[in-house]
Order: sequence, then structure tokens, then C-alpha cells
Amino acid sequence: MTPPSDKPLVSLRDVHFAYGERVVLSGIDLTVHRGQLVAIMGGSGCGKTTLLRLIGGQLTAGSGAVEVAGRDVGRMSERELYAMRRRMGMLFQFGALFTDMSVFENVAFPLREHSALPPELVRDLVLMKLEAVGLRGAQAMRPGELSGGMARRVALARAVALDPMLVLYDEPFAGLDPISLGIVGQLIRRLNDALGASSVMVTHDVHESLEIVDYIYFVSNGRIVARGTPDEIRASTDPFVHQFVNAEADGPVPFHYPATPIEALLAGEAQ
Amino acid sequence: MMNRTALDLWVGIFVAIGFAALTFLAMKVGNFSVFNKAPTYVVTAQFDNIGGLKVRAPVKSAGVLVGRVSSIDFDAGSYRAVVGIEIDSRYEFPSDTSAAILTSGLLGEQYIGLDAGGDIEMLRDGDRVMLSQSAVVLEKLIGQFLFDRASETPAQ
Amino acid sequence: MNGLLSALRTVGAMTIDGIWRLGFATRFLVAVLMHSGQSLRRVHLTIREIYFSGVLSLLIIVVSGLFVGLVLGLQGYDILQRYGSSEAVGVMVALSLLRELGPVVAGLLFASRAGSAVTAEIGLMKATEQLKAMDMMAVNPLARVVAPRFWGGVISMPLLAAMFSTMGIFGGWLIAVPVIGVDDGAFWSQMQAAVDFRTDVLNGVIKSVVFGTAVSLIAVFEGYDCQPTAEGVSRAITRTVVTSSLAILALDFVLTSFMFRGQ
Ligand SMILES: Nc1ncnc2c1ncn2[C@@H]1O[C@H](COP(=O)(O)OP(=O)(O)O)[C@@H](O)[C@H]1O
Ligand SMILES: [Mg+2]
Repeated sequence: MTPPSDKPLVSLRDVHFAYGERVVLSGIDLTVHRGQLVAIMGGSGCGKTTLLRLIGGQLTAGSGAVEVAGRDVGRMSERELYAMRRRMGMLFQFGALFTDMSVFENVAFPLREHSALPPELVRDLVLMKLEAVGLRGAQAMRPGELSGGMARRVALARAVALDPMLVLYDEPFAGLDPISLGIVGQLIRRLNDALGASSVMVTHDVHESLEIVDYIYFVSNGRIVARGTPDEIRASTDPFVHQFVNAEADGPVPFHYPATPIEALLAGEAQ
Repeated sequence: MMNRTALDLWVGIFVAIGFAALTFLAMKVGNFSVFNKAPTYVVTAQFDNIGGLKVRAPVKSAGVLVGRVSSIDFDAGSYRAVVGIEIDSRYEFPSDTSAAILTSGLLGEQYIGLDAGGDIEMLRDGDRVMLSQSAVVLEKLIGQFLFDRASETPAQ
Repeated sequence: MNGLLSALRTVGAMTIDGIWRLGFATRFLVAVLMHSGQSLRRVHLTIREIYFSGVLSLLIIVVSGLFVGLVLGLQGYDILQRYGSSEAVGVMVALSLLRELGPVVAGLLFASRAGSAVTAEIGLMKATEQLKAMDMMAVNPLARVVAPRFWGGVISMPLLAAMFSTMGIFGGWLIAVPVIGVDDGAFWSQMQAAVDFRTDVLNGVIKSVVFGTAVSLIAVFEGYDCQPTAEGVSRAITRTVVTSSLAILALDFVLTSFMFRGQ
């Protein structure tokens, strides 16, 4: 595994964020070093996607600093943001492939938008990326004709089309069968190392992540509740980590959404 | 996605048909000619009553369209209507030409009819047509008719 | 009393909401115009949208125009022959189409055929996070998705309206001349004498440009602004058709009162 270099590529310091009244993140500290593949884990709705969108600059933190390559994302102009995003790839939760384009066109899209490369070169680059995800044969297909796993791999090829320095993955394993899941997991690791990029992966698949990532953060109630390398996590005695790794229904993460106690409700109705 | 060249072809056809339709409306229906925007001259005529005459109403002579009404004003001094008549420069009229407000059909639109005179001198831009005949107003005509009938009755 | 009060409150809320959306849409229009440079430089983006809004609306426009013209021919003849001026049927058909029916009916058809499709497309792209994905790829969706669709509509609509009017006049001619036996020469010459290029043809074209702009703006706005769910997209499509139709009729009244006042 790549040793962490001195200057982190991504660093979040005491980040707070709320959608209007609804507080989602309160005091997140997180660091991604160059070459690292970092996983962020947490239950559904705990703010993982929000975290990625803060790093990508689509949302602005209420307070705290989100820095990418040493620059505060929240203070960038639209121009600077777009310049940064050209060196960033993102895999969306459901792929977000352009439905009016073929697989080939989808992967070619960032190349065509951001470079004036001749068509033959675009073609070669696209086919190389598709080859890397094993879908060169599917280049003429439309997104509607792909299975979930294939769509995810095409989206992966598109996310790395411009050889980004940072790749963000939003739940790359959701809804995949075990075989596709393993394939996508290995791809993420291989692409990260081949590109010399850094990656942030949001997921709730503990076992696959423990196999491939360098570092893991656990998020709950808007805070980082645990962190460590895969080995540290496996050996951890933290109750939250224990609940998550062993998939227990109740624990520090409650089974119930906050509500008035059911006894009180029943008593109220009895009156 | 459709092949881009085929798509271009379709859009090309579409735009061509669209412009053909616009040209048809302008030329054949709207009678618009860009090339020979014929030069015109304007003369005025005064009428006691213009009836329902409108700006842009046709001006005809011997039934041929020779121009259009360009303006309608009221002269506060003589209490008469002043009508500007824009005539195609190809057509010249003697200075003693008379202008009348006529109606095409019983309820049709009103237009100005020019009746050429015999003078050697021709009307020029800014001249005034001296002889004019006002619009026939239907109410007056009916009133006249009833009056005539009334005056005939005692004689019987 | 209570019902009346709540009805009043609903009306008030709807009015405020409408004004709020109008302001928002205006700001959106400015943003679209500011991001239009790309769609003018990369012409094929706009050409593609002219295909979807214009070429694919061609059939319905041509067929409807023909039928409207046929009906105008029949009705016009029926009314005009009572006054012994059946040759004027060409005048009536041409003037009603050029001044009103061409821009308005073509606009209504355009709103429900092309406007709804544009809203659905953009709304679906939003619901499936395609717009966000594009934004993350440093491609501005306003410039890449919205502006070409807006300009495609603005360009297509006047051409469609002109085709509608032309087909309508042809339909009127079909009824008047071959079927009823009005004199062909009288049909055209009366039409040409009565139709003025500026007041009738040009004003009609101006109307269709205004309607095309309004419908295109409403369509892209509703798509871009919709709730990113299946229900949200379907509501946005309905709103596009309803709002565009009302906008066309209201704008038509305003424009008509400016264009054809007391002439
Ligand atoms: N646009 C939004 N407006 C308001 N609340 C939102 C919005 N997006 C997400 N949320 C809320 O914020 C919380 C975190 O969302 P998200 O980051 O998508 O969670 P995750 O990706 O971890 O499942 C969720 O409870 C969600 O309901
Ligand atoms: Mg999420």
C-alpha cells in the first residue's frame, strides 16, 4: 500500500453542514493523502453523499474548511471550481450515465468537452478506458441496456476518463451482486494505483472495503466516530465499529428513528 | 443517437421548408417585394366625411391599385378630414384629378378612387387634390330616402 | 366563512408563489442567456435540438394547419356568401391565420409536443443526477443542456408557425377554389390586396417569435426546477403545458392590442 505523503490532498477540518434546519454534519475532520484509497462508512442518510458533494464543491460548508490540494473549495469562484473538477472524477450512486448517449459517447463526453483531441485519439482513449473496465465490447450499447454492474463500470470508466488526481465514489457497491461487487472493488483499487490518484469511497459494505482500502472513517450522527486502517478496524473493540462490522440491528446506531416513546403514544390514545 | 449527418440533413430540410413558408407568406400572400420597393409620392385631399376609411386602404384608378392611404388627419381650421394619398411614382395624374371615397360591394371595405382629369400639369409630391367627393354614409342615404318618400306622399 | 377565508388564503398563496416563480424564471432566463455562448459556437448542439423540437413537430403542425385551413375555408365561405362576397374567403383565411391562428395554434401545439418533451428530458436528467454528474465533470448544464434546448425552441417555433399558416392557406384554397369553385384569380388578388406585409405577416412572425421564446423558457425552466422524482417530473410536464398555453393566450392579447389597435 502507498505510504502517505506529507501534504494531504484532501483535508476537512471541523466541517459543519445543514440543509436549512436539518443538521447533517457537525464537526468532521478527515484527511486523504496522495495515493490513498479512503473509505467513509455509515448508515443510510448519515450524510455520506453530502460529504462527497462538499469535497466536489457542489455544496458549501456552513463552517470549517474543505481543502483540496491546499485550496479552500468553499472560497473558489465558479471558474476555479471547474478548473479543479477537471482533475476530479466522481462516480455517482446510480451511475448517472447520460441516457441519450451510447456507452462510448458517455466515456468520450469529458474528453470532448475538455480537450480538442482529434477523433481518432478520443476513440483510442475511450476504448482504453472501456478495456480497463472490461466493457470494450459494450461500447455501442445504450445505458438502458446495461445491467447494474455494467452501468457502474461504465460510469467508472467515465469518471477516470481525464486521468483525475482525485476520484470520489458514491456507494459503488450498492445493488450489485457479489461477483460484480468484487469486480468493481478490485477495479477501484487497480485504477487508483494505476492512475496514481487518490480516492474517497463512500459505502456501507464493510467486508469488501476492508479488503481494498487504506484507511476507513466511520460516520454517525454527523460525526466521525471511529477511524483506522483495515487491520485496526478488524481489531477494534469500539461498540459502533463492532455493530457495523457484525451487522447487528441495534447498538449505538439505534433501530428506531427518534420518536415519542410508544408507551406514551398508546397511553395518549387510551385517554 | 441518430447519425449526425442524417440529423443535419433533416434540420436542413426543416429550415428550408420554414423559410420557404415565410417567403410564401411574404411574397404571395403579403404582396411584399424587397427588390422593387417602388418610389412613391404623396398628395393630400380633403373630405367632409371619410366614413370608414382606414390608413393603408387601397387607392385605385380605373380599378387598378395605384397606391395606398398613408395618413388620416383632422384639420381643425376647416373641420374637414385631410387624407394623405401615397401613389406609386410610375403613375402620374393631372392636377385636376378628383378623389372619391368609394365602397367595394355593399358592405365591403372603403377605398379611394382617383378620376384623372385633363390638365397638362401633373400632380407632384405635396400637392393637394382639389376635387373630392366624400364617403357615402349609409345612415344619411337612408335618411334621405325616407325624407324623399315623406315629401312625395302629400302630392299623391 | 371559514371556507371562504381559506379559499382566499389559497388564492393569496398562489399569487405570491406565482410572482416568486416569475422572478426566479426571469433570473433563470438571464443565466441561460449568459451561458448561451457555447451553444452558438458549437452549432451542432443547437441543431440537434432543432431536430427534436422542430423536425419532430413538423407532422402535427402540417396536418393541423391543413385541417384548420379547411375548416376556415368552409366556415368563411358559409358566412361570406350571405353577403355576396365569397371571393373574400381567401382574405378571411389568410388574415385569421397570419394574425392569430398561425402563431397561437402552432404555439399551443408546440408547447404540448416539444415543450413537454424538453421538460421531461431535462427533468429526467435532473432526477437521475445526470445534471449533477455533468456539473462535477466541470461542464455547466446550463450551457450544455439548457441553452441549446432553449435556442432550438426559439428557432423552431417561428418556422413551424409559418408552415402552419402556409398549410392553412393552402387548405382554405382547397375548399374555396377546387371544391366550391371560387375564381382562383379573385381568391389570390383579393388576399394580396387586403394583406399587408408589415401589419399582418410581420406582426404574425413577431408573435410566433415571442411565443416560441416564452414556451421554450417555460419548458427548460420547469424541467430544471422540478422536484427530482418521478412525480416531480410529471408535475413539471403538466405545468409546462398549462403555463405555456396560458402564457401564449395572455401574450397574444397583449401583443394584439399593441399591433392592431384601431387600424
Ligand atoms: N437537498 C436536500 N435537502 C434537504 N435534506 C437533504 C437533502 N439532501 C439530503 N438531505 C438529507 O440529508 C441527510 C443526508 O443525506 P445524504 O448525504 O444523501 O445521506 P447518505 O448519502 O449518507 O445516505 C439525509 O437525511 C437526507 O434526508
Ligand atoms: Mg448517498
